[in-house]
Amino acid sequence: MNKHEFSVIGQPLPKIDAWAKVTGETRYADDLVLPRMAHARLLRSPHAHARIAAIDTSRAAALPGVYAVITGADLPPVKFGILPVSQDEEALCREKVRMVGDAVAAVAALDEETAERACELVEVTYEPLPALMSIEESLAHPEVRIHEYGDGPNVHKSVALQFGDVEAAFAAADLVREDVFFYEGNTHLPLEQHAAVAHWGPDDKLTLWSSTQTPHYVHRLLAKILAVPAAHVRVIAAPVGGGFGGKLDPFAHEIAACQLSRLCGRPVKIALTREEVFYVHRGRHPVLMWLKTGFTRAGDITGSHLRTWLDGGAYGSYGVASTFYTGAINPVTYKMPVYKFEGARIFTNKPPCGPKRGHGTPQPRFALECQIDRAAEQLGLDPADLRRRIVAEPYTKTANHLTVTTIGLGECLDRVVEASGWREKWRGWNAPPRGRGPVRRGVGIACSSYMTGAGSAVYWNNMPHSGVVLRADRGGGVAILCGATDIGQGSDSILAYLPAEVLGIDPKDVRVHPADTDLTPVDLGSYSSRVTLMCGVAAIQAATRLREVLFQAVAAKLEVDPSRLVARDRKVGVPDDWDRALTFAQAVELGEAMHGVLAFAGSYAPPKRAGKYKGGGVGPSPCYSYSACVVELSVDEDTGMVELHDVWLAHDVGRALNPLLVEGQVEGSVYMGIGEALMEEQVFRKHVHKTPSMLEYKSPTTLETPAIHTILVETDDPEGPFGAKEAGQGPLLPVMPAIANAIYDAVGVRIDEVPITSEKVLRALDLKRQGKPARVGPEKLPLFTFKTPLVVESAFGQPADAITRRPFA
Amino acid sequence: MMRLPPFLYVSPRTVAEAAKAVAEAGPGGMLVAGGTDLYPNMKRRQFEPTTLVGLAAVRELRGVRGSAREGVTLGATTILSAVATHPDLLRHYPALATAAGLVSSPQLRNMGTLGGNVCVDTRCNYYNQPYPWRKAVGFCMKKDGDICLVAPGSRRCWAVSSSDTAPVLWSLGARVRLVSASGERTIPIDALFRDDGIEYLAKRPDEILTEIVLPPAEGWASTYLKLRRRGSFDFPELGVAVALRLEDATVAQARIVLGAVASQPRPATKAARALVGQRLTPDVIAHVADLAAGPARPLDNTDFTHPYRKKMTRVFVARALGRLAGLERAGRDEEELA
Ligand SMILES: Cc1cc2nc3c(=O)[nH]c(=O)nc-3n(C[C@H](O)[C@H](O)[C@H](O)COP(=O)(O)OP(=O)(O)OC[C@H]3O[C@@H](n4cnc5c(N)ncnc54)[C@H](O)[C@@H]3O)c2cc1C
Ligand code: SF4
Repeated sequence: MNKHEFSVIGQPLPKIDAWAKVTGETRYADDLVLPRMAHARLLRSPHAHARIAAIDTSRAAALPGVYAVITGADLPPVKFGILPVSQDEEALCREKVRMVGDAVAAVAALDEETAERACELVEVTYEPLPALMSIEESLAHPEVRIHEYGDGPNVHKSVALQFGDVEAAFAAADLVREDVFFYEGNTHLPLEQHAAVAHWGPDDKLTLWSSTQTPHYVHRLLAKILAVPAAHVRVIAAPVGGGFGGKLDPFAHEIAACQLSRLCGRPVKIALTREEVFYVHRGRHPVLMWLKTGFTRAGDITGSHLRTWLDGGAYGSYGVASTFYTGAINPVTYKMPVYKFEGARIFTNKPPCGPKRGHGTPQPRFALECQIDRAAEQLGLDPADLRRRIVAEPYTKTANHLTVTTIGLGECLDRVVEASGWREKWRGWNAPPRGRGPVRRGVGIACSSYMTGAGSAVYWNNMPHSGVVLRADRGGGVAILCGATDIGQGSDSILAYLPAEVLGIDPKDVRVHPADTDLTPVDLGSYSSRVTLMCGVAAIQAATRLREVLFQAVAAKLEVDPSRLVARDRKVGVPDDWDRALTFAQAVELGEAMHGVLAFAGSYAPPKRAGKYKGGGVGPSPCYSYSACVVELSVDEDTGMVELHDVWLAHDVGRALNPLLVEGQVEGSVYMGIGEALMEEQVFRKHVHKTPSMLEYKSPTTLETPAIHTILVETDDPEGPFGAKEAGQGPLLPVMPAIANAIYDAVGVRIDEVPITSEKVLRALDLKRQGKPARVGPEKLPLFTFKTPLVVESAFGQPADAITRRPFA
Repeated sequence: MMRLPPFLYVSPRTVAEAAKAVAEAGPGGMLVAGGTDLYPNMKRRQFEPTTLVGLAAVRELRGVRGSAREGVTLGATTILSAVATHPDLLRHYPALATAAGLVSSPQLRNMGTLGGNVCVDTRCNYYNQPYPWRKAVGFCMKKDGDICLVAPGSRRCWAVSSSDTAPVLWSLGARVRLVSASGERTIPIDALFRDDGIEYLAKRPDEILTEIVLPPAEGWASTYLKLRRRGSFDFPELGVAVALRLEDATVAQARIVLGAVASQPRPATKAARALVGQRLTPDVIAHVADLAAGPARPLDNTDFTHPYRKKMTRVFVARALGRLAGLERAGRDEEELA
């Protein structure tokens, strides 16, 4: 279909939940109130690493108003974790705590204050152990083990993959660069703090309402953790007030609320404080990186070798996937014929890291884009032209066996270059400074790519990744049931738009029933930018099935061939005999009379294109989005302060199903990128997060947010619903390196680690004034031997695999 | 969510009633105006008063009177957004209007009062933390403990005076009126502060700050610059207040007062003295800025590294003077639209 033939798709419609959100009607988990509800709090460890010698809850239990007090001993003795390979968590720690903030006990009481006071009465005897607070410390102290499993003492995961002969590739290069970078971790900072309400009913069945991005995984894991049949557990994702990856794991507070409800026979609510959200974390991994890349004189990449060390924190979480992701996506962007990747995730006694928007890829992206900038300088090339030259080929395979489909990166680059005035503003390497007084202006550029949905589920299975059930109602409305979770990105709206488009009705006629494991078919969750594509294709499939039946019934009534019918404007009829068209409601009645109840399912599973090597399951995706970004900023040479003026971001979204929502994702990404690049710091003091508050953990305000110029590029990808690719994560990725590159353009200093604080800029400027290398960044790498790499042939340039061939199609 | 501890709230209508109420409440009593500082602190258990005497309903405490010629009197519970937008203040005491307008965020300026801003608690990032955090890291002498975590050998607390308006009021030569059940007194504002992170106010807890009295503004020029990470929301990590009286482009009188470098606003007396009799040339400004940075001795207990804050003192003093000299305004403009 061409764009102008759409009625809903491509329209800048408000989200279907916009009114409820702006009027405060949306009921988040913490807004739920049930009769007789109790309130719970968790007692968390003040130690970063300690053995639990004893826990005495008697004084807490005796406090008037307390309904139940539990410790790990009151839960089945199972360890769990989101990934089958990392079953290392306990809701309430039994033997040992591994970070400040690990939960050890939980209390349900008549109100939060009483629960809090009772927590203070729980007496825990700890035997402190040495705390390992950095990659270096954890590697230096193999005698102190945070966990007993993994690929070595305190090494959670070590991977090494090689695609082609990198040494030969470097030998063939005209320029080989080796650079070291550090990407500080940061946290998601959703406005809504996690909250849950659990109700263990008199029928011995459990319902959990939770602020979660993955009700399905929580459902599966609750059954295991609480040792109850999954058939008797219902998980409902309440509207989520921001997730960004921070609500993707099963959490102690959810499990404790369920068990407390079981014991005290009341619904139990638990709501985390902002401080607790910082401890729960699962945010961006701090990653130290070494990157070696060979370039020809013209700027082509001959090969690239990346090493990453991830500071994983205290638990596995999604960390194995995160580790692979630091290596998987760089080859998707540019022609990179030969590639080697070594990565290791190290346990430390800090809040566990996990998936945050861009999962594992912003860090290597920062390294690659900053390195390309330097290579361009050494080769005397315009960094925009260099990138334009090396954009990957559509419908080919990458060195690491990923199939790419459409690639709009060339157009993205052309359009940001044009819109930003790059040709005038970028005045060559070492051009005289722009600006007056101590304030210097600069521009920087970077590109990126990201997956539209992970090719595999977190547990191996052959079932759909997303499913919908669509039911037509005699009044002309349509109900859609889908396990997808709207975390603000607009998945509920997409689930209204797509059936409305197919059925020729208004999105308002579609009622969306999301994320309830009793009622909705499984959707794996709101992560890896998978939802619009996967539930979107499933929704189109179900709507098309309904439409076929309606067409049959209407065709019989109008005595025409069904192939002549169209559905639009809430009617079904023949275009050149539109007066006789029936209303959609009439069509439904006819359809139901002919076929019985009109309920149709749609299913989606990604094409099976995993590389045939161990580790090949991380990285494949139905298609990849592309982004290019130009940043203009100024740097104050006296203070080191960076002020952003404009960001131009072009994003290849395949097709903008609703351009307003895509722009929202781009703007949110730029905003988040500015925080990661310039401010946000996941730093610790005496083993505790230094700034666990919205005031002291510095994240930008609207005043730090520059004018954002969004350009949407449409490539109509065959894998996506009506051609759409992702928009939720990709546009974040080029922002941080574009800022770093612009700072170099402005004042000639390289800051090879984020956040690029004013202190670091000033330090680099001082070095420059002293005639020393004007760089601030990591100086050393950990002493760590990676394992022998698995050597696989590079698949670079081979034709793509199995486009649009997928299960359930 | 973090919850307030239980307390009794008293809402008097007059200053006299308020003074009586605090006196009666005894050591567990505290005053509260806008509550933007005190209530968050209570949620973190930095204060656990049994009685709060609220000043919100005391009408006589609110409002701005007087003129630039005879001096201006500000009621203590005048909200910051009123101070920031008052036409006479903007014209004749611009540093004060600027400082009030740079406090926190629009919402807090609509609740927060000038008196509360003068009396705002000192800050330290070992102290302004939730209770569980302080328990994990260890308590300090400002609340619940007995050592200083920033300067472990120290016998005093070095928490930082973090008011935006206090250094400005000091530089303007303001006086404050204190009323209690046993009497009243009016003192220069510099006598209200003490260089101690815990006992940072030289007033009895039962004394109510009722008025801030500004001397006549004629002939004076003033400005305020604030260092912070973001353009809104953040406390000052450095404040530079400068007030000058110029006679034919020559400095006749000068006051430079630094905020957020010590437990009280700190005057840069030597630097101010060096200005007198001088014209504000770039050389003079550079020299004076060096002198002013001398007394700044920040510790590692706020945002930004302390060496950076020390360095910025020189830059910000130079910029403040440059502004008053009408030199081209350099650097990032720290003003925020209210
Ligand atoms: C997120 C956040 C950001 C902030 N940012 C800033 C900032 O940038 N700059 C800044 O200066 N402040 C900042 N503040 C602190 C505070 O909001 C302001 O200082 C405000 O002006 C305090 O006024 P208030 O009326 O709310 O004081 P309250 O909270 O009511 O009182 C503060 C203290 O003063 C005492 N007090 C109040 N009025 C009187 C009186 N009339 N007589 C005697 N004692 C009195 C109280 O007992 C209490 O100890 C911030 C606060 C928050 C929560
Ligand atoms: S300066 Fe020392 S005593 Fe004062 S609040 Fe900070 S740590 Fe506590």
